[in-house]
Amino acid sequence: MTTTSWRRLWLVVLVGLIAVWLLLPATVVLPMSLNATSRLSIWPEERSFDLYREFFADPEWTNALIRSFRTAAIVSVLATVLGTAAALGIVRGFRRGAGIVNAVILAPIIVPVVVAAVASYLVYLRWGLVGTPLALIVAHTCLAIPYVVVTVLASLRGVNPRLESAARSLGSSPAGAVWHVTLPLIRGGVIVGAFLAFMQSFDEVVVSVFLASRRGRTLPVQMYSSLIEDIDATVAVASSVILVLSIVLVLLVGVSRLANARGQSGTP
Amino acid sequence: MAHRNAAAAAPGAALSLTGLTKSFGPVRALAGIDLEIGAGEFVTLLGASGSGKTTTLNLIAGFLQPDAGTIVLDGRSITSLPTHRRDIGLVFQDYLLFPHLTAFNNVAFPLRRRKVGSGEIRRRVEEALDLVGLHGLGKRYPRELSGGQQQRVALARAIVFRPPLLLMDEPLGALDRNLREVLQLEIRRIHREMGTTFIYVTHDQEEALVLSDRIAVFNTGRIEQLASPDTIYDRPGTTFVAGFVGDSNIFRGKLARDELHCGQWRLGAPRTPGVAEPAAIVVRPEKMRLGALDGAANRVRGRIVERVYLGSALKVVLDVPDLGRVLVHVPPGDLGQLETGATADVSWRIDDSVLVPDTQAESTEGEGHD
Repeated sequence: MTTTSWRRLWLVVLVGLIAVWLLLPATVVLPMSLNATSRLSIWPEERSFDLYREFFADPEWTNALIRSFRTAAIVSVLATVLGTAAALGIVRGFRRGAGIVNAVILAPIIVPVVVAAVASYLVYLRWGLVGTPLALIVAHTCLAIPYVVVTVLASLRGVNPRLESAARSLGSSPAGAVWHVTLPLIRGGVIVGAFLAFMQSFDEVVVSVFLASRRGRTLPVQMYSSLIEDIDATVAVASSVILVLSIVLVLLVGVSRLANARGQSGTP
Repeated sequence: MAHRNAAAAAPGAALSLTGLTKSFGPVRALAGIDLEIGAGEFVTLLGASGSGKTTTLNLIAGFLQPDAGTIVLDGRSITSLPTHRRDIGLVFQDYLLFPHLTAFNNVAFPLRRRKVGSGEIRRRVEEALDLVGLHGLGKRYPRELSGGQQQRVALARAIVFRPPLLLMDEPLGALDRNLREVLQLEIRRIHREMGTTFIYVTHDQEEALVLSDRIAVFNTGRIEQLASPDTIYDRPGTTFVAGFVGDSNIFRGKLARDELHCGQWRLGAPRTPGVAEPAAIVVRPEKMRLGALDGAANRVRGRIVERVYLGSALKVVLDVPDLGRVLVHVPPGDLGQLETGATADVSWRIDDSVLVPDTQAESTEGEGHD
């Protein structure tokens, strides 16, 4: 074996260990969710899908799941559109002040979430939004935009802005040049941003606890409440559902990026 | 667009620039440019970087707005028209092909923006790829093509929508010398076959001489001379043009009637109305002879300091008192016994020299005389 292949093997082992270390704790919910009794146990003696049946039969859980999914989907679309536009503005629009705009847009990641939660609770209370689906959508979108901006900015750095000049010389309007040239080139960053925005909303607890009404709980809020109110083993099923869903999404994003790369590998 | 194509036998359009000025902050990039370009003409904007040639190109393309002046294409003012409505083809030094599109789709891009039907697109893209010598390479992505091939795709993309005017910004600047020469010939051929008006920007004087019908020599935001390549070479209008295009001997001195006094030498100058001081005599090295000449000729005497074999000619450098270094090209073998260090006469016909205004009088003062 050559030095480089040794080094490669080393890297693979190292990355694998880190991945296991990061993911293993989360996977304990999988055996837990297969518990045949309704007690919480990390390695149950008897296994069955009873808890899953319970989960999908209980409208409180299924409604929360559907609500979370719907909210996350809307947030993902909104945050992707707004975040991509903001990233384009930061790179192309501003001569000066781009740094300040960037900092303002990234603020939601930096400000402690609980502070953002209290602040949005107080403001939305005034506007009469607390407890409405709109409140969750707006608040989650604010939190998700920075993720889109960061990933799209990273992609945009690899795109030559003069390609838009070339497009305009060939008959594209300035907006058409962005649509036909820049957007296809940053597609990877946009997809990752959309995924992060979706997950950001889907598993958001802190802000949602403040803003969701009793009948408008999202899945994470429902999980939190079910643990606080009565220790309910169905929570393990909810966790597993979220875990599997995020793994499926990651794989989808990975596959789309791979297809993307095959179509245009070597693009700057 | 369509009406123009249908109507014209020669599809090129005339371009006229009037009083164009442009400043970037305190820097004056263009100090008033006037330029008339005929339909189907091939004009090169030649100059060093910062001379204003690229700014002029960007104004014509619409990437910049002039501070003053007008741009008229085909009898219609396009001064305030946005780039995408000017219908002008552009070829860039760095190609700027769209990396996510195949060569075919790159060339199809301008046609798709113009809502051309798909059958027509296929036909015209194939035709354009054939014209630039890339038959059958339409499925390749830009990264799968060599630099020369990429520039051919860029050229096809810029001409496929049959623009009446094609602008080229140092299109061969990134390519090596052999490829450059091949592509120069192809650009000339395409110009001949299409009849489009070409404006070509370069800092390479040889390229300008090879390609152009006329050359506009730029210096510090102005056009120093606009003329055919042979006029630019044989009859440079200023010392700047003489120095920028080709090798030349530039003798500066005091003008007295038909003579230029340079220290001990009284050099006969061709009668040139309108030239006042500061003035200089320009002589190309190949017009110089070692030894004496009959008729109306100048003769000076100096010491040979260097001889360089150029293949087709021998370059001899002499040190002439009061004139400085004098460059002479002689046919190989004509030098005879003359070795480095020998003293020799240098002559030239007055008719083979040009009396020009010395546009570089301040910047190079004291170089040629004293």
